[in-house]
Amino acid sequence: MTRQDFFIRAAPWIYTIAMFAIWEAVCHIFSIPVFFLPPPTAIADAFVEYWGPIYRNSIFTLSTTMIGFGLAVGFGLLLGLLVGWSRTIYAGLYPLMIGFNAIPKVAVVPILVLWFGIGFVPAVLTAFLISFFPIVVNVATGLATIEPELEDVLKALGASKLDIMRKVGIPRTLPYFFGSLKIAITLAFVGSVISESIASNYGIGNLMLQAQAQFQVPLIFAGLVALAVEGIVMYWLMAILEARMTGWAQRSGFAQT
Amino acid sequence: MSAFVALDGVSHTYGARGGSTGGTLAVDGLSISVNTGEFVAVVGPSGCGKSTLMKLATGLQFPFKGTVRIAGNVIDRPVKIAGMAFQAPTLLPWRTTLDNLLLPLEIVEPHRQEIRRRKADYVARAEKLLASVGLNGMGSKFPWELSGGMQQRTSLCRALIHEPQLLMLDEPFAALDAFTREELWCVIRDLHAARRITVILVTHDLREAVFLADRVFVMSQRPGRILVERPIELPRPRDLDIVYTPEFSEIVHELRGHIVRARQ
Ligand SMILES: Nc1ncnc2c1ncn2[C@@H]1O[C@H](COP(=O)(O)OP(=O)(O)O)[C@@H](O)[C@H]1O
Ligand SMILES: [Mg+2]
Repeated sequence: MTRQDFFIRAAPWIYTIAMFAIWEAVCHIFSIPVFFLPPPTAIADAFVEYWGPIYRNSIFTLSTTMIGFGLAVGFGLLLGLLVGWSRTIYAGLYPLMIGFNAIPKVAVVPILVLWFGIGFVPAVLTAFLISFFPIVVNVATGLATIEPELEDVLKALGASKLDIMRKVGIPRTLPYFFGSLKIAITLAFVGSVISESIASNYGIGNLMLQAQAQFQVPLIFAGLVALAVEGIVMYWLMAILEARMTGWAQRSGFAQT
Repeated sequence: MSAFVALDGVSHTYGARGGSTGGTLAVDGLSISVNTGEFVAVVGPSGCGKSTLMKLATGLQFPFKGTVRIAGNVIDRPVKIAGMAFQAPTLLPWRTTLDNLLLPLEIVEPHRQEIRRRKADYVARAEKLLASVGLNGMGSKFPWELSGGMQQRTSLCRALIHEPQLLMLDEPFAALDAFTREELWCVIRDLHAARRITVILVTHDLREAVFLADRVFVMSQRPGRILVERPIELPRPRDLDIVYTPEFSEIVHELRGHIVRARQ
């Protein structure tokens, strides 16, 4: 391992620790009140004190997010393949999907509550609704960008549309698909937390709302940190999955130094 | 000798809504007939409809006027027998060179039924073909590990692996350097000599056309049709040195004159 390699590996930790250190220092130097911006040590104290609720609500948020995300992966993949398969379906569905995606999901939550009551279901559905669009678009893009020459080569061999889909379309879509998972998982967290803060008695979103009502500012920030940690871990898992499944598409040396 | 591929008074438009009105008239009244086992080259100004001719001859596009016949039958769907290679190698980056070669066998009848059972035979066949174009032992490499010339050789092999009766080459050497191009001329020459398949080569390189073909066709500006048919009676097998002989230069010169006139 060269010096450079070592620093690349250590860089995420060094930068993170540096950020918290600067934060802590700024709070003390400028005597910022704890109820305005608590220093990391105060947040850590809140973590220890409220570990039970933080843990339980984190698990709740993680499960609504993951179920919503799972639905989004299933539906997104299916719809993406369908849209990429037929130009008619594409032409018909695309404006609908764009319009649907343009609606702020926070505006949909009250309707979901009307239908399903507060709590688990609206959180799952909001996570699903907000995260399935990038998956559809990416899968459809992968299919739509098959080289016409390659299609000709295969057709002149007597390949059916299904053959072309199986041999070329789906494999070449995989990098787009796995790439979109990183975006989708992040959005799914946004969705479930939005729904929890509006209409739930559980979850980190709800925990933060209650902490705010009681002016427990360090606890609010502890909730944020818990969300950030969950988000990073899931993103990282998706990135590993992407690298595992589509190593062939990541051969560029561009960002490797 | 019988015509294997025959286009008769063919006109084709891109982007027309019903019939011939609107859109781009790509070829108009195009007639060409290619005999079994013959090597034909088509040259012409760029955009004149050469690639369109290829697509019409393989049933990838259908004319609104005229007929296309292969082995006597009018074409109403993509043919199932043609090998094609283009300027871009279009190899699948997630497959090794060997697996890229096996792709046609996963599609063409009857091989697609048998590829599981006879995998070893097919792999041996692919390796032999690779060796015949100077790519011994490259089967396990991925396309991006090969040079441009090697990728193009692989693309040619992919067009040949299922032993097609018809080989369509659309400017396959245009993106290569001069030395590699000449090497591949010889590869194609030898493959044609060994298998006696029917070859239609589209090119804008007149030397390439004269070196390889039995007959050269010159196309007009768009909408394209055949202006000149020039038999090349240079004896076979042709050696690369032939391109420096006066007879060769004379034919190239003559064709060049036709193209210049076609562009006016
Ligand atoms: N898919 C297409 N859609 C619309 N126009 C096309 C298409 N392909 C080719 N054309 C048009 O048809 C004409 C002939 O094209 P092509 O056969 O590709 O020419 P060449 O191969 O001789 O350069 C050109 O004017 C081109 O713009
Ligand atoms: Mg062309």
